[in-house]
Parts: sequence; C-alpha cells; structure tokens
Amino acid sequence: MTTELKPKIAVKNLNFYYGNFHALKNINLDILEGHVTAFIGPSGCGKSTLLRTFNRMYDLYPKLRAEGEILLNGQNTLSSNIDLNMLRAKVGMVFQKPTPFPMSIYDNIAFGVKLYESLSKSDMDDRVEWALKKAALWNEVKDKLRQSGLGLSGGQQQRLCIARAVSVKPEVLLLDEPTSALDPISTAHVEELVHELKQDYTIAIVTHNMQQAARVSDYTAYMYLGELVEVGETDAIFTTPKQKATEDYITGKFG
Amino acid sequence: MLTLYTRRRITNFATLSLSMAAMAFGLFWLLWIMYTLISSGASAISIDLFTKTTPAPGSEGGLANAILGSLQMTIGGTLLGTPIGILAGIYLAEFGSKGWVAPTTRFINDILLSAPSIVIGLFVYGAMVAQMGHFSGWAGIVALAILVIPVVLRTTENMLKLIPTAMREAAYALGCPQWKMTLFITLRAAKSGVITGILLAVARISGETAPLLFTALNNQFYSNLNQPMANLPMVIFQFAMSPFEDWHALAWAGSLLIGLFVLGLNVLARILTRQQGSH
Amino acid sequence: MTAQELRLKQQKRQDAAFRISTRLFAILVLVLLAAIIGSLVYGAWPAITTYGLPFITTVEWNPVTSAYGGWDSIYGTLLTSFIALLIAVPVSFGIAVFLTELSPIWLRRPLGIAIELLAGVPSIIFGMWGLFVFAPWFADNIQPWLMEHVGTLPYVGWLFQGAPMGIGLFTASLILSVMVIPYITSVMRDVFEVTPAMLKESAYGLGATTWEVVWNVVIPYTKNGIIGGIMLGLGRALGETMAVTFVIGNAHRIPGNLFDPTTSIAATLANEFAEAASEIHIASLIYLGLLLFLITFVVLVASKIMLMRLQRNEGAHS
Repeated sequence: MTTELKPKIAVKNLNFYYGNFHALKNINLDILEGHVTAFIGPSGCGKSTLLRTFNRMYDLYPKLRAEGEILLNGQNTLSSNIDLNMLRAKVGMVFQKPTPFPMSIYDNIAFGVKLYESLSKSDMDDRVEWALKKAALWNEVKDKLRQSGLGLSGGQQQRLCIARAVSVKPEVLLLDEPTSALDPISTAHVEELVHELKQDYTIAIVTHNMQQAARVSDYTAYMYLGELVEVGETDAIFTTPKQKATEDYITGKFG
Repeated sequence: MLTLYTRRRITNFATLSLSMAAMAFGLFWLLWIMYTLISSGASAISIDLFTKTTPAPGSEGGLANAILGSLQMTIGGTLLGTPIGILAGIYLAEFGSKGWVAPTTRFINDILLSAPSIVIGLFVYGAMVAQMGHFSGWAGIVALAILVIPVVLRTTENMLKLIPTAMREAAYALGCPQWKMTLFITLRAAKSGVITGILLAVARISGETAPLLFTALNNQFYSNLNQPMANLPMVIFQFAMSPFEDWHALAWAGSLLIGLFVLGLNVLARILTRQQGSH
Repeated sequence: MTAQELRLKQQKRQDAAFRISTRLFAILVLVLLAAIIGSLVYGAWPAITTYGLPFITTVEWNPVTSAYGGWDSIYGTLLTSFIALLIAVPVSFGIAVFLTELSPIWLRRPLGIAIELLAGVPSIIFGMWGLFVFAPWFADNIQPWLMEHVGTLPYVGWLFQGAPMGIGLFTASLILSVMVIPYITSVMRDVFEVTPAMLKESAYGLGATTWEVVWNVVIPYTKNGIIGGIMLGLGRALGETMAVTFVIGNAHRIPGNLFDPTTSIAATLANEFAEAASEIHIASLIYLGLLLFLITFVVLVASKIMLMRLQRNEGAHS
C-alpha cells in the first residue's frame, strides 16, 4: 500500500553537521503526502535537527551544514538557489514552546498572510476566522481578537501558533514537540487538531512521548544517535518492530 | 502574488542596505577621528613633551606638568572612588535582596552613572572650592572620584552576582563567616571582572574635562594638590581655543596621548574580560 | 565560654560590622545625590530668589547689567540634543540590526569593538577634531552646496541659511549624534539579543524576510528597551560639554536656522564659570546647572523605567 502513495518530502543520503559534530548520518526517508509521520527517539538523537532541515531553519546559524538531498515535490530544497522565504511559506512550523508574536491575536494571524497575499479587509477577516477555526480556537477568542496574543493561556497560545502556521496554507506542517510545554488537556486538544489537519496537510511531528506518536501518526520513524533506525507504519512499529533497538526503546527497556 | 513578493524583497534589500550604510557611517567617523589624531598628534610628539612645562605662547615647552597633574588626579580619583564603589557594590550584591536601601541605591547609581559630568564639577565647586576659597588638585580628585564610584559599583555588583550560588554554599558549609566568604572567595572569583570595571572607570576619567573646569582648573607650572593643578584635558581645552599655532600643536599631542592611554586601557579591559570568560 | 564559642561570637560581630559598613557606603551613594541637588540649589539660591521661574523662559544674558535669563541656553541644549537624536536613532538602529542580524559572524566582534571604541573617545578629542577638522571641511565643502541647493527650496529652505562658518547648531548636533550613537547602539544590540530565537524562527518559518522579522517581531518585542536606550542617549547628549563647547559658536541667542551659532547650558558653564566675577553671575550659572541636572534626571529616570519594564515583560513569558 505504501508504494502507491506519493512522497511529499523525500530525504536522500542526508548528513548534517554542527561544526565538526556529525549530527545526522546518512538519512533516507520518505514523508508521504496527506499523512502524519512521527519521529521518536531519545533526546539528542537528531529528530529535531532533521525536522529543521525541512524548512532550512538551520540556515540562520553559522557552522551548521547539511549534505545530501531533500526533495520537496521533487525539487531539491538544499540547493543554494532555493528561495528560503518561499520554502518556509510552503513548509510551516510550530515550536516546542508557544511563540505568539508581540501583537494582537488578529495580527498574529494576519502577519503571515500579508506576507504573500494582498487581501481586502473582509477577506482577511474571513481568513483569520478560518485559520482560528482550523486550530479549534475561534470560539475561545472571537470576542477578543484585538487583545494581545500574550494574554492567552499556554494551550491557547500554542493553538494560536498552529492557526498562524495554517493561515498561510502551507503544504507541509512541521510540529517540533508541540505539546512539550502544555498540560494534558491542552495536549489532547492539539492531538485532535493533528487528526483534523492531516486531511489537508502533510504533517511531520517530533515527540518524545511514545503514546502520542502512537495516537496521532500514520507512520513512525525511530532515530538513535543521528541514525534512522527504523521507519514504518505506526501500528507495525509499535507491535512488531523489525529492529531489536526499536523494540527496546518502545518497551521502555532503554531510553 | 509575485508582485507582492517582489515588493517585499525590494523592501528587504533596501532596508538591509540602509542598515549597512549606517554601519559604514559609524565607522567613517571613527576612522576619520583616528586618522586626524594620529596625523596631527604624532608630529608634535617629542622628548620635550615629557620634560618641559607648558609654555607661554611663542616659546618652547612641553606638557610635563599637565601629564603629571593628570596622572596624580586620575590615580587619586581612582584610589578614592574604587573602595567606595566596591563596598557599596558588595552590599547590593550580597545583602541587597531585602530592604529599601539596595534597590534605591541601584536606581540612583544608574542615574549618577549618566549624570552630566559638568554638574559633578559644579557640585564639587560648591562643596569644596567655594569653601576653601581656591581651586585645587584635591577638588579635582574628589570630582573624578564621584565619576568612578558608579562605574565600579555597578560592575562589582554585576560580577558578584555572576558567581554561582554553589560556591557561596560551599563556603558556608565550611562554617565560613559571611565577610570572609565575600572578601576572600566571591570577590576573588570576580576579581578580573571588577578590575575591568576599574580600568573602564579610569579610562572614563582620564579624558574628562568638564568636571575639572571648576575644580582643579589649570596651572602653568608644577603644583601640589592644594593649588590649582595642570592636567591634560584642561591644557588641551585652553590651548585649542587659543589663536596660537604652537599651542594647537601641543593640544594635538596631548589629545593623542590621552587617546592612546584610553585605547590602551580599553584593550587591557577587553583582554581581562576574555580571561574571565575562559574559565 | 569555650574558645570555639568565643570565636563564633567574634565572627558574628565581624559579620554584622561588615554588613553595616557596606550598607553605609551604599547609603553614601544616596547621600551623594542628595548633596548634589542640595549644593546646586544652595549655590543657585541668589539667582532663584532674584529671577524666579521666569529665568527659564527669558532670553537675556548680560553680565554688565546683571540681567540673566536662561532660555537660549536651555533651548540650545534641547535643540542640539533633539537634532542629534534625529540623526543618531536611525543610524544606531541600522548598526544594531547589522550587528545582530546581518553581519557575518567573524565580523561581528571587530565591528562591535569599533563602535564601542567610538564611545571611548574622550569628548575633548571630539571637540578639537570638530573645531579644527570637521568645521572647516564642512564650511568649505558641504555648507555652500546645502545653502545653494537646499536653502532655496520652499518650506525647508530657511533652515539651511546663515553664514557658512562651519561651527554652529548643526555641527554641534552632528558631533553629538556621533558621540551618542555607540550608547544607543549598544542598548539596542543588547535588547535585540534578548528576543528569543524561537520567536524569530517562528516568523522566519512563515517565510518572513529578515527585515520583516526585525520590524514586526523584534521591534515590538523590545519596544521598551529601544525607548530606554534612546532616552539614555538623550541623557548623554543633554549633558555633553566639551564637544559642544568647541563647535556650537557660544552665542547667547536663539538660532534662526541650522547654521547659526548658539549655546547650550553645558557650553555656557564651561565658557563662563571660571571667569565669572559677580555673585549673581555665578548663581545664575549654577541655576542653569541645576536645570540641566533636573532635565537629565527626568530623562534618565524615564529611561530606567522603560528598561525595567522590558525586563519584567521578558520574565513574564519565558
């Protein structure tokens, strides 16, 4: 069944370095369109690093270097002539901690949209509402759109960040441990959202919570020390892992 | 969509170019001033500068009395201001968590740090010169010390606060009294940072003119601290404002001396900071 | 009592003495400020009782008839500082953006040091350089061109008239701006660096350009800090003495255009204080000094409050 599906992102022989430190070793992996792929593994295994190569966030910092190929819709995003702003508009990202911008809730959403589209006032209103509904936040904030995004609770802030990422209609959503700073109820909210959102987006999520990976993802990749140990359908990974190392991690013998 | 994107890229390019232009603007002045200082000052440097006293217009002379006076007052001001700054800084860092004294002092100190130095001069004039009836080197020293205190106070406090609590706890665990812990352990651990602060304070006062205008004034000859006292900044001011070419040359030479001195102190402070960072 | 008990008791006494003596020095700093204000008020008292508050708004400075009013000096102080900020704020902002966001890493340190060196140049050197190098060059090369081309424009032309002497209001303001640029830059750079990387990444993650990240995220986030930095620069500019004294022209009058000579409080003090003969002349000068101190005091307090607010904000959501 896997073979009929189209890879949205194809990683080919990817190596990543922090200066001299070899952080990702020869990664090969497909992220399938319209599905959720979860990355699990112990801290420092390179799962966040891998995620940050998909939108080349590492480019902001010196001495970080990626080699190999990452194909998005068949085009190599690691090549130097890629327009980073365009790439990042297509590949949205949500971070470990909520990062609302220091502006109103409305403007938090409108900021990203204005970057690529000139919408009329009413179209923009519609878009903001649409994005907030997508993120299941609309009902809670519709009466205080002009208030600062910083006034929301942690869980609401994170959903605001998801709404902001969704609002520009990206093709891929990267979620980097999106619930690590949230309480269980907010976590459940965000997990439901991931379910909803995969209708429209290809999603890659990094998590250190294995139950979460099992709950939200279609495919799971287990990484260890910069290497991709195993990847496959989530059910298969959690019930019948092919590698001993994966099994040890999942059953809690290690990590 | 493309036009919007093109416009954004143009804005980005334009603003970032302006940012680069601002950087160039800043560097331009620095280089111009340095060039002037070196080209005008170097030619006036000679042995006479360090051996002869300030001349009358048209005659031969040097800056020896001004150099000596500046050294005396800079050293005096530092010696007077530093202990006060360090002790007050210790209070803020070690006992400053409760009560009103520490926060108020911290606030007021920051104000003093940026207060106009000419006002400090006026204060010392009123408090010392007017009372004693004459300008003096001592008044200059007090004025400079008042400029030293806030700089040293702030660095001492900041540096002490960087010392990890674990080090304090380790000392207490040995039954060490607090004053010993502070003077022999935390202050020692913060030593190079505090010295950096002192050096920067010295750099600041060695170029200050305004507070000396009404305190030390100037003197054409060598003098003791009870008399008006020659110093480089005042001589530069007086000579530069004069119509005489040979005085101008001496003023440039004096500026170069101060410039090199201040630069040297800054470099030294930077080396110390780096050492602090490395362990 | 055992030897150990004695020793403990002694240590306790020493600790208390230590705490009290350091506390005294901390209080000394407070006393110092009070003494400065007190001595200025005392010294200015003859002028305060003679001229009262109208001193502030009167333009009159005549040692012969003993008629004194400080408005020209106050106006000159405020105006030079204001023009200096008009130049320094955008430049400092540009430099801070360059140093935090644009510059290649290996250049950041040397360029940062270069800007800090500019702050280390003693003001008397700025003054001398301004008088002997900048002013003649400005009078020969820039002023005639400005007067010819900009001075004839409607609305703004009158600003660019006057005698091309090199020294005057504009030169003083320009040199002041160069002097405060390093201060404002260093505060801006520090506050830009407190913007959390993740927040910036979120904006980059949406496809924002560097400029958009700075303008829409970094600036709103660090707003109070930026204003605090500008106020700090203003505090410096208001009180700067030597650089201004050399190039402002030292004329007791309200400038009619950018090139007119004028004076500032600090320049008036520097020029006249040591030679002032009459009691009322000295008192009037100290009155000016008191006003200068009060103005900078207000500005610096405002700046402190702004910077503290930034720190509090930062604490609130991290």
